[in-house]
Amino acid sequence: MSKFLNIFLPAASGTALALGLAFGLAGRDYNKSTIESLEIQLDQANARTSAAQNTSDAQNEVVQALQDRLTTVEANLAAAASQIGSVAEPAPLKADTYQIGRLALSEEIAAWDVDVLPDGRGLPVGSGDVFTGEEVFADQCAACHGDFAEGVDNWPVLAGGFDTLADEDPIKTVGSYWPHLSTVWDYINRSMPFGAAGTLTADETYAIVAYILYSNDMVDDDFVLSQENFADFEMHNKDGFVLDDRAETEYAAWRTEPCMKNCKEEVEVTMRSVFLVETPPEGGSNSVMNSATIDGLPSFSATGPAFIPAATVAPKAPAATKAIVEEVSAEDQEAQLIDDGKKVFKKCRACHEVGEGAKNGSGPHLNGIVGRTMGSVDGFKYSKVFAAALDDGLVWDDEALASFLEKPKSYMKGTKMAFSGLKKASDQQAVIEYLRTFGE
Amino acid sequence: MDEMSKTSRRAFLRGSAAVAAGTAAGTVSAQTPDPAITELQDWASYLGAGVDETPYGLPISFESDVIRRNVEWLTASPISSINFTPIHALEGTITPQGCAFERHHSGAIELHKDDYRLMINGLVERPLVFTYEDLERLPRENHVYFCECAANTGMEWAGAQLNGVQFTHGMIHNMEYTGVPLRTLLKEAGADISLDKWVYVEGADASSNGRSIPMEKALDDVLVAFKANGEALRMEHGYPVRLVVPGWEGNLWVKWLRRIEITDRAVESREETSKYTDVYEDGVARKWTWVMDAKSVITSPSPQMPITHGAGPMVISGLAWSGHGQITRVDVSKDGGITWETARLGKQGDTKALTRFYLDTEWDGAPMLLQARAMDDTGYVQPTKEQLREQRGENAVYHNNCIQTWYVDVEGKAENVEVS
Repeated sequence: MSKFLNIFLPAASGTALALGLAFGLAGRDYNKSTIESLEIQLDQANARTSAAQNTSDAQNEVVQALQDRLTTVEANLAAAASQIGSVAEPAPLKADTYQIGRLALSEEIAAWDVDVLPDGRGLPVGSGDVFTGEEVFADQCAACHGDFAEGVDNWPVLAGGFDTLADEDPIKTVGSYWPHLSTVWDYINRSMPFGAAGTLTADETYAIVAYILYSNDMVDDDFVLSQENFADFEMHNKDGFVLDDRAETEYAAWRTEPCMKNCKEEVEVTMRSVFLVETPPEGGSNSVMNSATIDGLPSFSATGPAFIPAATVAPKAPAATKAIVEEVSAEDQEAQLIDDGKKVFKKCRACHEVGEGAKNGSGPHLNGIVGRTMGSVDGFKYSKVFAAALDDGLVWDDEALASFLEKPKSYMKGTKMAFSGLKKASDQQAVIEYLRTFGE
Repeated sequence: MDEMSKTSRRAFLRGSAAVAAGTAAGTVSAQTPDPAITELQDWASYLGAGVDETPYGLPISFESDVIRRNVEWLTASPISSINFTPIHALEGTITPQGCAFERHHSGAIELHKDDYRLMINGLVERPLVFTYEDLERLPRENHVYFCECAANTGMEWAGAQLNGVQFTHGMIHNMEYTGVPLRTLLKEAGADISLDKWVYVEGADASSNGRSIPMEKALDDVLVAFKANGEALRMEHGYPVRLVVPGWEGNLWVKWLRRIEITDRAVESREETSKYTDVYEDGVARKWTWVMDAKSVITSPSPQMPITHGAGPMVISGLAWSGHGQITRVDVSKDGGITWETARLGKQGDTKALTRFYLDTEWDGAPMLLQARAMDDTGYVQPTKEQLREQRGENAVYHNNCIQTWYVDVEGKAENVEVS
């Protein structure tokens, strides 16, 4: 017996393959040879049907269902084939396997198969308490998520927001929104910390999860989370999800012949774009508030716009000035470099502030950075490597900055800075010149 | 002279910059010769670039504004972020890889083919590891499919936000994929393919984005793809191997695909619980909203593509797509949905692929409220924003497939607006 039939026949999976084929083929384009190959499969199924007569009732039902589906598929294919000439054929599904690929070793599966299911399957042995979690969280997570899991800048808020889901702007946190605790453990274990995924131990992950629960007031400070009590833990919003119901609520109503004429009496503009978007040649975009109002815009009826607004008079073009080509002074070059640096610095702005009132964000503020001792900004929680640099009295001179900017993670092994670096020396220099303009 | 004809005339004059103006209707007659024709031009005299200069070509410098763009304030870091396809400036249906939108959760990684491994485990008879070379030995198929982020047009739930179709609708691309049907790999491993089973797929990058796909879909049209538009996938789209899940939200199209696990239930990972779910007005969330419903948008004219030629013949061009199947019809309105005209389909698109539509029309120079409305082969009609909000409220983030409106003023400038 071929391997194909091996998996084709046993009751549960066999039916599924037949159904799978049916689903795979229904509605697709097939030609005659495909139909013939399915006829062969149907014959095979017929043969199996006879064999199955002698087995249990349950199996008979399975075979019957299988046969029905194949008959349906065959009819669909015949219908499709009658309308279609030469069409693309699907890749053949061989009766036997191709014997491609090698068996995965148990060590390999253990290394990669670490996902955790909602019932706790997949969790490793381990445990962690709230206090340990607080320490690990402060060290590994707080730069983005805040000391109290309240979120820094645009980074996700992990705590609070209870009973806001029906509000205008629901606050969807681990506490208020996530339906399963497994998801928290699984995500932290596989995907966090940002820029150092996969480096947490199981106990650290348990501890962080325990601390996030604590920061959501869901456990007391003496709580210890482990694989033992994990499955018992119920999340606040566990019943807050229903399955996609668009088929009933929307499709049924929206599959109708649409209106073509006089579909409305009148149409008015009720809102204009909040942001105009500038698209500079160097890339990215700048959002600029749109000051225009809806006043002065015509309403529309079946006869067209209610009135034709006057065109705005185009500003008179300035008289063409002769292009002045002069030797660029050193001063201008410097200004150009600073200007270039400002553009490059956009890559840094998500985490680092500069200028008046600059605060620490995900990264320390950078006022006075050129010439400053490393790791010395008050109130910023540095990674260990920068704490050590401070102790050693290392200074951010031009050379150190350029090396760090080129490859942050190589220059400062262990830095929390997720940025991958500025490859071009010109970009590094430009940013340094730009930063030099900001004193303490 | 009334407002109307002044407008047309001005627009017309502007359109014919270098030559003297003719009348507002009919063929232009030039009064001075066009130097672009009468004078010997450098490019007609000097030599151009040799065949050894550009081993792999990029668009000519004049097209340097046709690029992916991001919106900095949308996300905390550009490494866990999204950018937008310049759909305003593209034509036809195939998206060039170099300007097809990117969405990463932990950045785009460089994973060499030689280091690539794909594991299938879980409820299988034979847990297997495939190399990249292995995949190229299995029968493969070619299909054009769109990939749309579930959050495309998501900002517009709160009203007209960003002024540009690149930003309102640019989280989409459409490529011809080459890949092995997922069912082939499942069969190689002797997977339990009963329909109550799930296929969990996971990426190799630091985010290890993982999603659960019901077996029925996995056996249907899902591809394990290694080429797009005839060449290797780009790094930012999952080189060397990504999953293609036709018609379903882009987050399921796992990039740098490294593992496929057959499970007896959905994993309910972060990306299928805390994200890619939508809270309705009553605070209850919808999950497993995988299919991208039928949608269309006019790409030109649009805010980034104003009408510059003044009144007269023009082409309204746009895109339509449906995660349920083929686009069968697109209607266009110039008056905000009072009157509709059926557009011409540039070419019948494939199932779950972009279809280009055109309305070849005449602009009288008056303001317009441009809209497009798609229908697919299930008979579904693209809804208005009002219809969507009645069903879902305004707290949704994903799956906004509303009819989009552009207000075109007498100058031909277009703006993103919301209408009654």
